[in-house]
Amino acid sequence: MSDLRDLYQEVIFDHNRHPRNFGPLIDANRHADGFNPLCGDRLTLNLRVQDGVIQDVRFEGSGCAISTASASLMTEALKGKTEAEAAVLFEGFHHMVMGEKTTVELGKLAVLAGVSEFPARVKCASLAWHTLNAALKNESDPVSTE
Amino acid sequence: MFDVQALRNAFPILKREVHGRPLVYLDNAATSQKPRSVIEAECHYYEVLNANIHRGVHTLSQEATDAFEGARDKVRDFLNARRREEIIFTRGATEAINLVAHSWGRSQLKPGDEILVSEMEHHANIVPWQMLCEATGAVLKVIPIDERGALAAGAVASLINPRTKLVGITQVSNALGTVNPVAEIIRLAHQVDAVVLLDGAQAVPHMAVDVTALDCDFYVFSGHKLYGPTGIGVLYGKRSLLEKMPPYQGGGDMISQVTFQKTTYNQLPYKFEAGTPHIAGVVGLGAAIDFVLSVGLEAIAAHEDRLLAYATQQAERFEGLKIIGTVPGKASILSFVLKGVHPHDIGTILDSEGVAIRTGHHCAMPVMDHYGVPATARASFALYNTAEEVDALFGALRRVEELFLK
Ligand SMILES: Cc1ncc(COP(=O)(O)O)c(C=O)c1O
Repeated sequence: MSDLRDLYQEVIFDHNRHPRNFGPLIDANRHADGFNPLCGDRLTLNLRVQDGVIQDVRFEGSGCAISTASASLMTEALKGKTEAEAAVLFEGFHHMVMGEKTTVELGKLAVLAGVSEFPARVKCASLAWHTLNAALKNESDPVSTE
Repeated sequence: MFDVQALRNAFPILKREVHGRPLVYLDNAATSQKPRSVIEAECHYYEVLNANIHRGVHTLSQEATDAFEGARDKVRDFLNARRREEIIFTRGATEAINLVAHSWGRSQLKPGDEILVSEMEHHANIVPWQMLCEATGAVLKVIPIDERGALAAGAVASLINPRTKLVGITQVSNALGTVNPVAEIIRLAHQVDAVVLLDGAQAVPHMAVDVTALDCDFYVFSGHKLYGPTGIGVLYGKRSLLEKMPPYQGGGDMISQVTFQKTTYNQLPYKFEAGTPHIAGVVGLGAAIDFVLSVGLEAIAAHEDRLLAYATQQAERFEGLKIIGTVPGKASILSFVLKGVHPHDIGTILDSEGVAIRTGHHCAMPVMDHYGVPATARASFALYNTAEEVDALFGALRRVEELFLK
């Protein structure tokens, strides 16, 4: 196994201890709940989308360090992005955590690349993104990583 | 004398390394490792005996049948059932519970009848009853647990009533380690003529079970938690009940005569064993029972109790660690949470140190809800674990602390 430090980078601890954009969002117009039945992690995502642009996004819930940091980093990355740009990020992120090559510029999200060496934790990192996908489609059923 | 080193040598897998460290296997409540004698019994079956059972006149079929039925006798002795036909082979505890829910439940229950389970049940002892309630209009009632993880005082007596038709309860909780007062529950249930199903999945590796003395109506367990193979388990049922129950599945072996007009069913236990069973698994289970009895359940329990006491002592001194399940007399399970660290992260870090524990809800989501946690970390001990391995567990937890809390 690659070093634990590849998985648990300082940035991840930082976002786990102090998640950004954490809490409810008033005037949200997109919403989805995510659930990882494997570990019991729950995540609620609220967005305000206007003219196809993500104006604001916040999350709530409880999860492991990887899923909390991933959600926190995701909310930072999404603000000001169009829905189409968010979809591209989702795809790039997905390729990265699966250990596949991607040409998408992922910025700070790249700290989660180490997850690909820990197959059991890929779902933790992806939960927020699957929930985002559902929120943008406004699916009402909670999404599950299973 | 209990020689743990000699016992460890009987388990080939314990020699392996994980991430360059010796394996410290503390996930025994999920499944235990297998001694060489079990692996060899399965191998021997395939290399020497393999044939279908109950249907051939040739030598191999006869020998395979003898091995298969010999294992049934071992299970009968192991549980002290009165008769061999009260022992039915299933895929595991889960299938055994489903068999009872389907066959006994659907033929016996009416709308308004009650099924009583406890808040600490494994999903395997919840969901089949919910499905049964859905199908019959019966109602599921739940015995609550208290803060320590024991059945709430007086709750069983107050919940059992003349509408109660079945009580399904675990003898040992897989999430908490609690050992339930099943003899008392059986006595109370029988006062209102309710039947009792005991989930023995976690009990059989740790204590001698006597279904006749207990007077339970059904008892289920899985081979793989008892040092035996996966995919094989046991349903014990009182003959008087099994006789009255309709078959669970139809097919070969479970019939005595088939025409398109009418089929008559085979006698017990074959009525409930449709199709070619997991013969190698049954033979392996027989070997697992031989192994456990050769070590001795009392010696195993004493060893595991010492390990649990030692681990509990260290856990109580570990800052920020909270033990989930604190009833005295627990069976070899240490469930816990660590302040500021999600169990899933604990699991990954421990794994990097070669220490295998289980993290998650342990198929007991109502228990997690009760304690208001999404998951716990759980170390569970078996006869081959050592005090050094408990030290390795806490050493690895120090590493978690360093990474996360410093
Ligand atoms: C208490 C209890 N009951 C039932 C089961 C289900 O056993 P199996 O999955 O082998 O059918 C388990 C296994 O985790 C258990 O711990």
